[in-house]
Amino acid sequence: MSLLAASVLEPFIEFPFMRRALVATWALSLGCAPIGCVLVLRRMSLVGDAMAHAVLPGAAAGFLLAGLSLPAMSLGGFVAALAVALAAGFVTRATPQREDASFAAFYLIALALGVLLVSLRGSQVDLMHMLFGSVLAVDDAALLQIAAVASITLWALALMYRPLVLESFDPGFLRSVGGPGARAHMLLLVLLVANLVSAFQALGTLMAVGLMMLPAAAARFWVASLPAMAALSVAIGAVSGAAGLLLSYHAELPSGPCIVLVCGGAYILSVLFGARDGIVTRRLLAASHLTR
Amino acid sequence: MADATPAISLRDLTVSYRGHPAVHHLSGAFRAGSLTAVVGPNGAGKSSLLGALGGTIREFEGRIERDPALRVAYLPQASALDRSFPVRVHEVVAMGAWARIGSFGALRAADNAAVVDALVAVGLSGFDKRWLGELSAGQAQRVLFARVLMQDASVILLDEPFNAIDARTTADLLALLHRWKREARTVIAVLHDLAQVREHFEQVLLLARERVAWGPTAEVLKAEHLFKARQMAEAWDESAPACKVSA
Repeated sequence: MSLLAASVLEPFIEFPFMRRALVATWALSLGCAPIGCVLVLRRMSLVGDAMAHAVLPGAAAGFLLAGLSLPAMSLGGFVAALAVALAAGFVTRATPQREDASFAAFYLIALALGVLLVSLRGSQVDLMHMLFGSVLAVDDAALLQIAAVASITLWALALMYRPLVLESFDPGFLRSVGGPGARAHMLLLVLLVANLVSAFQALGTLMAVGLMMLPAAAARFWVASLPAMAALSVAIGAVSGAAGLLLSYHAELPSGPCIVLVCGGAYILSVLFGARDGIVTRRLLAASHLTR
Repeated sequence: MADATPAISLRDLTVSYRGHPAVHHLSGAFRAGSLTAVVGPNGAGKSSLLGALGGTIREFEGRIERDPALRVAYLPQASALDRSFPVRVHEVVAMGAWARIGSFGALRAADNAAVVDALVAVGLSGFDKRWLGELSAGQAQRVLFARVLMQDASVILLDEPFNAIDARTTADLLALLHRWKREARTVIAVLHDLAQVREHFEQVLLLARERVAWGPTAEVLKAEHLFKARQMAEAWDESAPACKVSA
């Protein structure tokens, strides 16, 4: 027992960088997971992925201009991803093409541009760092940025909750009563990008999507309402964050993928045993109905 | 009998949908306190017209004249609703109070009582805690009618309200339409079932991208008009450059 406690607690007690990493993943979960829930329920799960790729050219441009500077790379990433979202939205409105196709087109352009920019004056290591981050090297500035974005995200979601929900399931009604549907949609995209960018140094943009979508998709198998889903997904993200850090510490593996893989484990367990529509759960329920 | 002021007047209205003009040069008036059916072949521009009247399509030329104080309730086609989204029946109906509560306002006790009343009126008493996704298509449509009741509007726009709805629900909701007429509300509904229109609606607008006929039901739904509407729909040239609406 004490051995277990020691292996769980000691790394965090002993090493400040582990404590920092833990606080960073918890703050990231607070902001990212609720956004993920809204995306899952709006059938926009892949938009998170597209935005994560879209961050790259901006971040790379920031890197080229200012070196490894967090503000420059964050700002660049934010602007690039929003530009992709706006361009995709414009093409969707102006042509018969659907949103998924225009999003895919623009994020692929952005990704290629990003890789090209990195190759101009970077190395493989820089590119890997941008895509996958390093949570064990989070400094004060990054931690503050993560905490600030998480706080703003929760406030903004609370403020826009009603129009955001209405826009999600009945956009025509919201438009007919003159509600701020377009603003709610835009706000969601801005928050999405802000969270991806803030997760940039800790997890890298690609791994950040994992912390955003996997807990949300897992929570859907346990609870029905959006608030319950958001709360549960934050909890799943926080526990997975701690477990992933420990896994990475003890097995000497990179931390970002460990955290996301633990999230993935939670997702697969939920798919199988979730109280709502879990595969095994449904089989068991069906069997008990038959024997009655 | 002769109506005093129309609820909505159209002056040379041309409505565009996704960059293409869908309704052309439509003029006429919806009588206040009447039940008007909008009928016509597929692609005749019926939904686009309703969208323009309901304020969801803003790409139009010409004029839509109505008293700005009139409250309009617009019920889009059922396919526009994502029923898998986790919201409870009570929450959906309560949003009918949007004109007062908006994004941030709180629901009062009176609003909650009105939700319960509206659910009773559509035959769904006791359903307020249920998830929208648990309901049948007919029950979901009753929920949306309850929301229209909550909106307490003087003009009610319904886009194919009885599509894929069982006969019992259709009959109940038609009764609600007649109640709205008795309350002097104006109802404008896009419909397909001409027998239903003849039985329940006193006014008809027959549309085939432009006005074919508009007036009392018996006069509009004559064979010659229906034939003409069908011909106009078939003869339509999709790429015609005429009367392009500037976006």
